[in-house]
Amino acid sequence: MLKKRKREGVQEINAGSMADIAFLLLIFFLVTTTMDTDAGILRLLPPVLEDVNEMEVNKRDVYEVLVNDADMLLVEGQMMDIKDLRAGAKEFMTNPANSENLPEKKRITAAECQQRIAEYKSFVAGATDPELKDGYQKTLAKWEDKLTAVRLLGDFMELPSNAVISLQTGSKTSYDMYVKVQNELEAGIRELREELSKEKFGRKFSELDDKKEEDQALIKAVRMVYPQRVSEAEPVDVTKKQP
Amino acid sequence: MSRFKDTGSKGTPAISTASLPDIIFMLLFFFMVTTVMREVDLLVKVSLPEATETTKLEDKALVDYIYIGPPQSKSLGTEPLMQLNDQFAKLDEIDPWVKAGEERREEVLKPKITRSLKVDKETAMKIVTDVKQELRKSNALKINYSTAQGR
Repeated sequence: MLKKRKREGVQEINAGSMADIAFLLLIFFLVTTTMDTDAGILRLLPPVLEDVNEMEVNKRDVYEVLVNDADMLLVEGQMMDIKDLRAGAKEFMTNPANSENLPEKKRITAAECQQRIAEYKSFVAGATDPELKDGYQKTLAKWEDKLTAVRLLGDFMELPSNAVISLQTGSKTSYDMYVKVQNELEAGIRELREELSKEKFGRKFSELDDKKEEDQALIKAVRMVYPQRVSEAEPVDVTKKQP
Repeated sequence: MSRFKDTGSKGTPAISTASLPDIIFMLLFFFMVTTVMREVDLLVKVSLPEATETTKLEDKALVDYIYIGPPQSKSLGTEPLMQLNDQFAKLDEIDPWVKAGEERREEVLKPKITRSLKVDKETAMKIVTDVKQELRKSNALKINYSTAQGR
């Protein structure tokens, strides 16, 4: 017996239980980990303003969406079904009929951009006050962005900078409804962007790759025309506003 | 010739299980790579609302979670409560929580932290609005309404 073993060399370690050990580890990981990647609607909250002076806003520049405690919608003073909200938001963003109740859109042309850029360049060069210079620099950058957008898209209609979709809810509004409304508004903006991207670049907006430099410019241009403008405004008691 | 006959007389050999551990290990590695550790034990019931226009949160390491919903244990009633980390929290605990979250990350990453609100869909907006106000006060402005993929 002994002699025989010696001839076979050192006996191998039994690996039969290896599978069991691996199974145990596997089950441990199955139990302790989650697979779901978190997805949702991203929003930026406005910073708290120290001096709360009511900003002068033109009524036509605000798309007022109120949701009451019974989850009913009041849009621009009229009852609305959630189905129609997407179309409503799109109409607000585009103002196709140039209606007086919707934001006045301004045509942006290359000539105007160039003129403004030259103007602000001379302002920046001439300014001595650093704070003022900073302000000019920012405006200059804005016009330069607009110029790149015009180069990519051609002349476009710009939404006024204070145009906003204001969403307000009652205290008993259900969160489900709130998310639905947010979703519809988001969908409206996304559809507009898709349409524009299809028309000008022949590509879907969602397929533009924000890691590629040339696509980044396209994304920026499309976003300039249809900016994300859903306001997470100060909570206002909706019930008082209703007639 | 006699060799073949010899093996035949022993019957069919058992299937080798030597590669079984390798297969299981492969599965294990797959799960280790595709999943993340569960962050907390949920003390509140959260069934997320559905939405179609969702964005995926890219970097999980830069997301902090706020859970709002009715408590799991019935003894605490049915009113929605907020959970931060591993325990129930009141509104004034949001600010220290935000600060602690920022403390854990590098300076450059601080503005990139997203607070993801995982809110039960039956919740009334009041608590959500209050939480949002607290977050604004703490200057935690980037938020995400966590939703399930709808339709």
